Formats: sequence, C-alpha cells, structure tokens
Amino acid sequence: MTSTTAPPAIALRAVTKSFGEVHAVRGVDLQVGQGEVVAYLGPNGAGKTTTIDMVLGLSQPSSGSVSVFGMAPREAIDRGLVSAVLQTGGLLPDLTVRETIRYTAALFPAPLAVDEVIERAGIAELADRKVGKCSGGEQQRVRFAMALVSDPELIILDEPTAGMDVAGRRTFWENIRADAGRGRTVVFATHYLDEADAYADRVVLLRKGEIVADGTAAEVRALGTGRTVRATWPGADQSALAGIPHAQSVEVRGEQVLVHTGDSDAVARHLLNHTPARDLEILARGLEDAFVALTGDQAAEPDRVASTPSPTATTASTPGSLR
Amino acid sequence: MSTAILDPSARPVAAGGLNRTVLGIELSRVLRNRRTMIFTIIFPIVMFLFISAQITGENDRMGPAVANVGAYIMVSMAIYGAIMATTSAGASVSIERACGWSRQLRLTPLKPLPYVMTKVVAALVFGVVATAMTYAAGALTHKAVMSTQGWWQSGLAVVLGSLVFAALGLFMGYLLPSENAMQFLGPILAVLSIFGGIFSAPIDPDSGYGQVAALTPIYGFSQIAHWPLSQTAAGAHDAFQVSWVVNLVVWGLIFVAGAIWRFRRDTARV
Repeated sequence: MTSTTAPPAIALRAVTKSFGEVHAVRGVDLQVGQGEVVAYLGPNGAGKTTTIDMVLGLSQPSSGSVSVFGMAPREAIDRGLVSAVLQTGGLLPDLTVRETIRYTAALFPAPLAVDEVIERAGIAELADRKVGKCSGGEQQRVRFAMALVSDPELIILDEPTAGMDVAGRRTFWENIRADAGRGRTVVFATHYLDEADAYADRVVLLRKGEIVADGTAAEVRALGTGRTVRATWPGADQSALAGIPHAQSVEVRGEQVLVHTGDSDAVARHLLNHTPARDLEILARGLEDAFVALTGDQAAEPDRVASTPSPTATTASTPGSLR
Repeated sequence: MSTAILDPSARPVAAGGLNRTVLGIELSRVLRNRRTMIFTIIFPIVMFLFISAQITGENDRMGPAVANVGAYIMVSMAIYGAIMATTSAGASVSIERACGWSRQLRLTPLKPLPYVMTKVVAALVFGVVATAMTYAAGALTHKAVMSTQGWWQSGLAVVLGSLVFAALGLFMGYLLPSENAMQFLGPILAVLSIFGGIFSAPIDPDSGYGQVAALTPIYGFSQIAHWPLSQTAAGAHDAFQVSWVVNLVVWGLIFVAGAIWRFRRDTARV
C-alpha cells in the first residue's frame, strides 16, 4: 500500500471551476496515491478535461486547491514529475519522430535516453519518419514516448487509445502496465469501459462536474448494478413514466420502456399493477450500464458512494439474464 | 502493489531557458521548409539576376555614387528576402498554435519567453542566410558593385532591420486564427514592399505617392539599407534622414507591442 509519508500524486480539495455561468467542475475532492492506476470516466462535458487541465497547471481552479506530489502543478512540471498524453494535436507534423522526442527530452531536467524511449514506445522503425506521415495510432505512440522521456512519476492520459486498432490498444496497455509496475502513477480518461475494467486499480466516475462513484471497477459496477426492467408499453405518456417509483432513469424505444432501477421488484410490481405494461423482463447490468446509470442525464442525483459496495450487488453482470 | 516512496523535491528543477538542442531543431525546421525557401532565397536571387541583366552600360550608373544600379537592386531583393525570412519564422507560431504544439510545450518546463527568443534567433539566422545568399549572387556574378564599406554596412542594415519583421511575424502568428499566417502575410508584404520602394527605382520623396509611402513599414528600413550605396568616390553621402529611423523604430514598437499583447493573451492561464 501507499506509504503514509509520501505526498499523494494528486490531491484535489473542494475544487471548482466555472467559465462564466457554466460550472464545469462543482466541488471535486480526489486523492490519487503514488503508484495507483486510476481510470477517470465520465460522459463528454462531465468535467474530465477541465480537471486534467488544472492538474497539469494549464488552468487554475475558481476555488479549492490542486497539488501534485505536494507542490503546485507548475513546479511539478518544472521538475519533470508529471507528463501527459493529450488526445489530439500536440505534434509538429514537419518534425521527424526522433526530433520530436529529442526536442521534448531537451526541455526536461533529467530525461531518459532518447533511443531507449523510442524503443520502449515501439516506434524505433518510425524514428526518421515525419510525424505528419504517421497514422493516428503511430502518432499516439509518439505522444506516449514524449510523455515517457521526461521519466515522470505521474502520467496523465486523455483518451490514449483513441484511433488505435485492437492490437495497438493491447500493446499500448501492456506498456502502461509495465510502467506502473515500476511505481509510476497513471491516471487515464477513456471511453472504452473495458480498458477501465481491465487496467485500472481504481475507477473514478464523474458526472456534471461531480464525482459520483469512486472505487475498484468491481465496486463501481456493483453501485450501478441495480437492474433494468424492460416492458412493452405502447403509448406510455410522460406523466405515467414519471410516476414509476425507484426509477434511476427511464428510456423509451418505440413500444419498449426500459427502467433502470435499484429496486426491480418495486418497479415490476408497479408496472404490472398500475400500468398497461406487459411482457416484463429484468436484466442485470455491467460496468457500461453502471456508467450510464450513474452518469446519464436522467440519473437521479446519486448518493455520493465511497468504496463500500451494497451487499445486494453480487449478481454476475451477464446481460440478458432472466429472472 | 509495489510503491516507490518518492521524495518529489529531490528532483531538480529545469532551467526552462534557451536550449541548444531546441534551437538546432528550430533552425533546421526553418531551413528545410521548401515554400519559404522559394520566397526567401530563390525568388530574390532570380529577380536580382533577371533585372540586373537588363540594366547595362550607362544605365547601370547611379550618378556620382560608387555603387551601381545592380547593387541597388541586390539590396532591394535582399531586403525582401530577409523580411520574408524573419516574418515567416515568427509567423510559424500560428502553425504551432493550430496543431496544439504550443499547448504541449506548456506541459514542459520551457518558459514562454525563451520560446519566443528561440523563434527570434531562428528568424535572425534565417534572415542572415537569406541576405548572404542574395549578396553572394551579387558578388559572384559581378553584377553588384559597391565599396567595401557599402557591402557590410548595407548587409548589416538588412539583417538588423529585418528583425523588426520577426516581431510582425510573431504578432500575426499569435493574432491570426489561420493555420498558416503566411498565406495572409505574403501578399501584404508584397504590397508593403512596393510602397517601401524595393520593387522599383528610388521613390521621389516629394511626390504625393512618396509622402504616403514614407509612412509604410518597409520604407524607412529600405532607405536606411540603401543609404550606404550613395557613397561617392570622394566619400560623400546623400543626407541621412532621421525620419527613416523614426519610421523603422515606430513600426518596430507597434509590432513588438502587438506581439507581446497577443502572446500574453495566448499564454495566460485562465
């Protein structure tokens, strides 16, 4: 476990960030210990990038405090403690791959050997190619090499595998895992929930600028578990739908109504006794559903759940299992 | 889980200043950009050779001056090349902003000011290269004749004056949202060059056109750089006008102020 004397890699305390009337981040408390691999999940506009920008010192919080290894973000960058792989951009197309890494290495106080990093990122055969001539996946590996070359203690990855094929994604994550094994802290934002599931020690779920879940992938999956009650209900009207008890969210697809709920018994009872709904089906859910349930627009204001899973949430998340 | 107990303050702080590797890469970027090479080196040399080939005999004399018309054209073309070189080196920040490179650099210890200084030094070196190539063409073809003093005085004036346009390039590079600010700046510089008198014989300063031209940014620069050519065999010069220096300095201050204003806005942390 993390030593109690070591400063956390990231410490956010009551951080808010507003752009005029838009409250992008609304009170985030988050500590990431050294050596943790954390997935940062949330739909677009949840405040992921805004938070990452503050951790990287690209912007300042409206209130609250941000520290990286116990110091201001800018100081952590000046010491080469933190680096980031941004989702897009950040590359000069007219530089060769090797020049890009050399350029980056030259800016840091104690960089790794350029050729070693190029080797480790798997871009040795691209080294003399112009960056602009590399494919999206290749460019992503170049960004990874740029992030590695400063020998950082914390790497932040924003959608690191966007644009990579399946094999590329697997290799990329093998590299990241190998790195985390050396004690490096990794925080990544991703849309691929299977990546969060497979590679993160911890999943932090963000919704509308607030953390709605924080725990291991299994714990977060359990939080969202509840179930989905599916029924055939032609012509369901808004007020009738709004009257369903214990609903976390309601989706209507043609004649199908899907109710996400923590209490499927109560929903089923209500639908059968008080509505024309018929042909009921009750489905268990996976991390993806937990994600939707906890971050969707219709999600009820969730209790801020820490890492204690509810004891009832033990169902294997096999979609389509019938009760 | 293995954990390194890290003492973060043990890591050294990067200087964040000017850096030889970065400067080297920036220079090679500038020098291998084919499109700017055409406008900064090939175009001025071709224009010089083309025009000076048509001016021969008595037509090649400039009154009592030692320097010939060929030298006048060579200096004009060197000014154009140096301006294009320094402006495009400065304006390359627009490309870097568009592709997110300047944002990426903010994740490194590099400070914004040394970054701009690197750009200015790269612009200066490029300006020197462009000037030297045009001057070499003039000397090797014997089309340009000047006193030794004239060669180095005018050359130095071209290089130093063109630095003002590195500031213009930076200003526009930080101002314009376009990916390549030079597509916009190229035609403007061509028009300003006409007003600056570098695509023509000397402008009559007393004409209405001359009075307007005297207010444009390249005019003062062009007058200063051409002034050493007026030297006669006896060592006399035409009168040096302080207004030329005022023109260059005022435009220089406007460009530098604009570049600082836009640069601050670009690097501000919101």
